[in-house]
Amino acid sequence: MTANSPCDVLPVDRLERLEGWGMSTFGISHVYRPVDADGIGIALDDARRCGRSVAMRGAGRSYGDAALNSEGVVLDLTRMRRILDWNPQTGRISVEPGVTIQNLWQYTIEDGWWPAVVPGTMFPTLGGCLGMNIHGKNNFKVGPIGDHVIDFDLLLMNGERRTCSRESNPELFHAVIGGFGMLGVVTRITLQLKRVYSGLLDVTAYSAKNFDALFELFEARLPHSDYLVGWVDCFAKGADLGRSIIHEANYLHEGEDTRPHQTLRVENQELPDTILGLVPKSIMWRLMQPATNNAGVKFVNTGKYVSGDVMSNGAKHEQSHAGFAFLLDYVPNWKFAYKPGGLIQYQSFIPADRAKHVFTSQIELSQRYGVVPYLGVFKRHRPDAFLMTHAVDGYSFALDFKVTEANRGKLLSLTAEMDRLVVENGGRFYFAKDSTLNPASWAAAMGKERISQFAALKRELDPETLLQTNIYRRVVAPALG
Amino acid sequence: MNKWKRAIVVGASSGIGEELARKLVASGVSTALVARREAELKNLAESLNGGSETGLARAYPHDVTKYDEAPGLFAQIASDLGGVDLVIYSAGAMPKIGDDEYNTEKDALIYNVNVIGAAAWLNLAAQRFSQQKSGTIVGISSVAGDRGRRGQPAYCASKAAMDTYMEALRNRLSTRGVSVVTIKPGPVKTPLTAGLGKLPMMIDADVAADQILAAAGAGVNVAYVPAKWRLVMTIIRAIPSPIFRYLKI
Repeated sequence: MTANSPCDVLPVDRLERLEGWGMSTFGISHVYRPVDADGIGIALDDARRCGRSVAMRGAGRSYGDAALNSEGVVLDLTRMRRILDWNPQTGRISVEPGVTIQNLWQYTIEDGWWPAVVPGTMFPTLGGCLGMNIHGKNNFKVGPIGDHVIDFDLLLMNGERRTCSRESNPELFHAVIGGFGMLGVVTRITLQLKRVYSGLLDVTAYSAKNFDALFELFEARLPHSDYLVGWVDCFAKGADLGRSIIHEANYLHEGEDTRPHQTLRVENQELPDTILGLVPKSIMWRLMQPATNNAGVKFVNTGKYVSGDVMSNGAKHEQSHAGFAFLLDYVPNWKFAYKPGGLIQYQSFIPADRAKHVFTSQIELSQRYGVVPYLGVFKRHRPDAFLMTHAVDGYSFALDFKVTEANRGKLLSLTAEMDRLVVENGGRFYFAKDSTLNPASWAAAMGKERISQFAALKRELDPETLLQTNIYRRVVAPALG
Repeated sequence: MNKWKRAIVVGASSGIGEELARKLVASGVSTALVARREAELKNLAESLNGGSETGLARAYPHDVTKYDEAPGLFAQIASDLGGVDLVIYSAGAMPKIGDDEYNTEKDALIYNVNVIGAAAWLNLAAQRFSQQKSGTIVGISSVAGDRGRRGQPAYCASKAAMDTYMEALRNRLSTRGVSVVTIKPGPVKTPLTAGLGKLPMMIDADVAADQILAAAGAGVNVAYVPAKWRLVMTIIRAIPSPIFRYLKI
């Protein structure tokens, strides 16, 4: 090994510390923030010349290491955030990849259009949403965001540009969406939005006393719901295990809202910035921090479940789209309550007939380990046509775990046991959330055929393996062989 | 458990540096061994890896007086290890100097290795760690930096320079989560001290390395090794110059 000549060294002042959103992992990278394809080309050339890999990063909202590239180049695409074209008659919009979900809905809602699929937070970029093929609380009904993409432009590693849609380059279309940024750089995205006739949704709350009741309620309500999501108290045990609060939401039909121009105003969608009109939300995480421990969360969860059960089971109310969709944005920087160790999210997707068994076992296991998730979110999914899809015809359960110096080892053993359960029961994992998966479990969940198809595309489109992330090196590359 | 995962030891082919590298690798730290003597370095890496090709030790031959090569090599190491969280500068030169010898060539070597080389590597560490908001920088200085002794003018001056430089780095970086640790060993049995006869309170390099890593792990500002040198040097520093010049220290 010899030293590179000085001209082969990337500028040290481009070095930045980038964290996974959960703050439990970080990497040092040379960060480039291009504004166009030429700028992307410069970063790719610099990386090649110095023998470094390149990862794309948007808002950095993946919980783990999916948007990190330790010691490599990171293309931060957040400055590519122009809205290129908008047709308020058809609801088609073309954007650059750094446009966020927030930019999108705030731009279109006053014309009566809402993104057909949004995640639980409005801050991710559309580039990131495509890379992960994100889903919302309506996945069971409308599929992932990829199902609402008309086409996109892809910059390949050899400099070629391809437009991909279901008709043109369909194989690429279905592999790049959900391909975690490993096949090329998406530089333009056209989406079909959803027509809405009101800024409000009809929301109904339910409670379920355990997993049996939760599954029963979901199956009963699915055919009648546009959105359905469950919150689970993971501290409850025995007959109460899986006790939960469920929210169903439905769009209003044309004419039901008598003042749509008012309810569709951005101002009337926005989340309030104070609690009870008094406490600024910006300080909320500091108030939450002392309670972000087993005793505190157990207490709060019990209060939340009991009040939901007693006061709001079956209760209806109207809520704005943003208010219902972006629950995670209610308390700004709530993740700081998990400082200093941060959090990881463990989300698995299990076929419907095995889901109750797997999720029950996951909670029991976590309770036995003494590492109980502080948040559990339950959703229904449906299969889709994307190559590296995480969806199944079944349910997902997303579990937030606090990470501390003391529990790190236990947490890894716990997630490894939970991984085995997922694999044995035909489940899937999701890179936007993952921090702990190993290559063998991922390969088993994904299946040989999908992995070999993906490996072939990677070899064809990126023969130098220029595009890499930490999760690619941790999980994917060893599995591709 | 070790607080570091990836380390660079500059001056790793012998003496304190070698022992530090041994202990880091033994405790599971991926360690880049940097030193001038290629054969010794590669032997050491091989022995630390126990013949395995995927071992934790990697050898990077480098002459610290060629400081313009440091940025490229540092970048290469950071890339190979997948990051860096500990940098130890343990390279040192102390050529034998006669009582009446005034040799600029020897002095230049001392300053180049002990001061300029240290600055080249630790500047790079400082720049990276200040962005990273974490990391440990360790400089192996010497008790010699505490007084200008008649026997080793340039060596003493070089270690004083290193101490002051390290203090300044600490003042820059301590608010950014970076530990800057100055190690001041007394005599340690190493090739550097071989042939100097019996020296006071001499310890083995192995013992010194344990104490250095403990101090670095605790993020101590300045650690004397062994600790009793702190008291000894406090007394020696207090001796007035007109008296000190008549003492054979």
